[in-house]
Amino acid sequence: MTKYLNEFAVGEVGKIVKVEAEGKIKRRLFDMGVTPGAEVRLVKFAPLGDPIEVNLRGYELSLRKDEASKVIVEVK
Amino acid sequence: MKFALAGNPNCGKTTLFNSLTGATAHVGNWPGVTVDKREGQYRKLEEKVDIVDLPGIYSLSPYTPEEIISRNYILDEKPDCVINVVDATNLERNLYLTTQLLEIKVPVVVCLNMMDLVKTSGRQIKSDELEKVLGVKVVEISALKSEGLENLMRISYEEAKKEREAKSVLVDFPFYKVVEQVEEELETKMVNNPLFHAIKLLENDQVEVESHPEVVKGVAQLKEKYEDKEFDGDFEAIVADARYRYITKNFASSIVKAENEKVITKSDKIDKVLTHRIWSIPIFLVIIFLVFHIVFSEDLFFLNAIFGLEINNEAVINFFTGMGASFDEVTNELIPLAGLPSPGVFLQSWMGFLTGGLKDLFNGFMPEGTWYTGFVVDGLLTGLDSIFSFLPQILLLFLFISILEDSGYMARVAFIMDRAFRKFGLSGKSFIPLFMGFGCSVPAMIAARTLENEKERDMTIRLTPFFSCGAKAPIWAMLAVAVSGAVWGDIFVFFMYLLGIVVAIVASIIMKIFSKNYEVPPFIMELPAYHAPQFRNLMAHLWEKFKHFIYKASTIITASIVLIWFLSSYGWAFWEGMVEIEDSMLADVGRIFAYFFYPLGWSQGADGWKFSVASVTGLIAKEDVVTTMAQLGLCDEAGETILFNMTNSKIFAFATYNLFTFPCFAAIATAKSESSKKAFPVTLLFWFFGSYVISLIVYLVGLLFEVHLLLGLLVLAIIGCSIVLTGYLVSKRNQKKILA
Repeated sequence: MTKYLNEFAVGEVGKIVKVEAEGKIKRRLFDMGVTPGAEVRLVKFAPLGDPIEVNLRGYELSLRKDEASKVIVEVK
Repeated sequence: MKFALAGNPNCGKTTLFNSLTGATAHVGNWPGVTVDKREGQYRKLEEKVDIVDLPGIYSLSPYTPEEIISRNYILDEKPDCVINVVDATNLERNLYLTTQLLEIKVPVVVCLNMMDLVKTSGRQIKSDELEKVLGVKVVEISALKSEGLENLMRISYEEAKKEREAKSVLVDFPFYKVVEQVEEELETKMVNNPLFHAIKLLENDQVEVESHPEVVKGVAQLKEKYEDKEFDGDFEAIVADARYRYITKNFASSIVKAENEKVITKSDKIDKVLTHRIWSIPIFLVIIFLVFHIVFSEDLFFLNAIFGLEINNEAVINFFTGMGASFDEVTNELIPLAGLPSPGVFLQSWMGFLTGGLKDLFNGFMPEGTWYTGFVVDGLLTGLDSIFSFLPQILLLFLFISILEDSGYMARVAFIMDRAFRKFGLSGKSFIPLFMGFGCSVPAMIAARTLENEKERDMTIRLTPFFSCGAKAPIWAMLAVAVSGAVWGDIFVFFMYLLGIVVAIVASIIMKIFSKNYEVPPFIMELPAYHAPQFRNLMAHLWEKFKHFIYKASTIITASIVLIWFLSSYGWAFWEGMVEIEDSMLADVGRIFAYFFYPLGWSQGADGWKFSVASVTGLIAKEDVVTTMAQLGLCDEAGETILFNMTNSKIFAFATYNLFTFPCFAAIATAKSESSKKAFPVTLLFWFFGSYVISLIVYLVGLLFEVHLLLGLLVLAIIGCSIVLTGYLVSKRNQKKILA
């Protein structure tokens, strides 16, 4: 089953399938390791509900739900 | 020889730089502290080596100024060796940059930093295997413990003497034949580093497309011919994916995980509390309040506020009388207020005692009434005295800011605050430069480079001076004494800081509303692991600040003190000798300014021109506001005794004007160089008119408060409501626009 990263619940783990973002945001996501095949785990939501913190490639990355909604993930 | 240090943010590059060069550049624990390259020297080899510390970057793409700086440096300046600093606790993402560096024809040495942490975590990294795969030397070090540094430099020195051909890890991927075709094309055009440029061109890198227009068409054709199902011919995705795939495939074997690796680290535990859903924001506010309380409070444990206690500690009094102060001096000046003073206030009075003593000393043996006595005592010493007494408080404030930076908490604050900041048209990332503004606007504005979005950068720079810098702190500390009810001085100081923040928020919302085709800046940011701040790094930062302060005090501030002294001691016919201050040149100039400031309240009355002059000299350096006031006899040098009488509404208006007006010349120059060309004039106008209007509003509301407390509160409530209501209506209208 695939869904967007912004729809993840805390603790959920999955494998990135596709990044639909464009332009600078796409580049930035790629450079930070958000590429197909990477495993992600949703660590937490910020106190105000957004942005989110995910763990991937051995480090913690924070991104907004907006940006996360461009990342398709296959749920494990 | 010249070596460049390149690596991700937070990989320990700056710590390494400090250990190698003995320099005292600042180290922070958030992305992008080295915002410009810095140079130092390493002297333990046969030949002196210049070390260049490049800004931390994740990739060589040209989307932020620091990426461009690093990329251009390596490509154009051709260092003899690039030392690629890699955080060994996070190999995968760090090696992504390494794969790009290898594509440039330059000797590269990969240095695995933080090996001490890797070892304690029980992991193992087989660096010899890494070396084989990468084809360059790999050296293990710990920059923090200064382990392996000589070995690193020795190996880099040997490598620098050799040539290294550019090589790509992408060789075995099917699309590499396209890379080769573009590379050949570039080679025939005599382009340096054809491999690097070929790959970037395929990725449709904007800088490359602009600088090699002659091959763009051919590249597009080649790309079209290449068939790829997975990414639909999107080379940006193909290349990034291939790099990471290569890293995962080849380096998985060189990392041996510990048998029972801890799932939850200490850093995670701290993070659970500090970014807690409910507690994080109150914790943040309490931390900020505590910082200001410890630096500025005259009543540290609220003993006087709660119990009405007066503390006259005998040991403290004996300590000072032992140093030659009289009992009266101690009780009246050194422990001036009820309650126990905070370390900041305590140190300030101590410093004031020392510098005041120096002035008394000179006053004692220099002949009275001569111009040179006036120059030394009333000019130089009075001026320097007034700024030096604030040195402890400024340093203490800096110490706290660096602790917050180095620990990694700042990045979390950006994470916590992003949602709120977005409402103002900024991202949580702009919190970092804005917060640095509490220390000094100049590095804060430079730090705004880490923001990718130009509009956000301009706006952040524009708002930075509202976060009152260390040099403005003496103004608030001095005025806090003048505000009636001086025990609550720290509340006044806190209010000034808060007002700055509130105005910054309102201003950014207004700018967001009026800016055309506005888009929310992105927020994709690493959250580094928490580190205990390193004592050595903290001291290095304080030392740097101290040097900067001394430099400023001995140059621009001294020069302005001398100028003010001259203008205030002589009339237009200065050859006729000294005159009373009322008849001086400065008084006449000040009276002209006073007309301009008249509606703001504080330039009215006989002393009004002095306040006008103080506000204008603040342009030279913000410390000059207090210095000038002391020289003009509005307060004593330590800013503790106030020699003027003004209503609270005027004091608040004066403080507000100085908070929001032009920052010092150094900050104005930085704003000019860091913001976009079209934004800078707007910024100047904004500072000029904004400060006037806000100060006027504060004065008028203050007047109402003085008529009756309730009247003031009522008007304040009406202003607040109308701001909220307008904001609401406008945002609703904008929403409709977006929907339509």
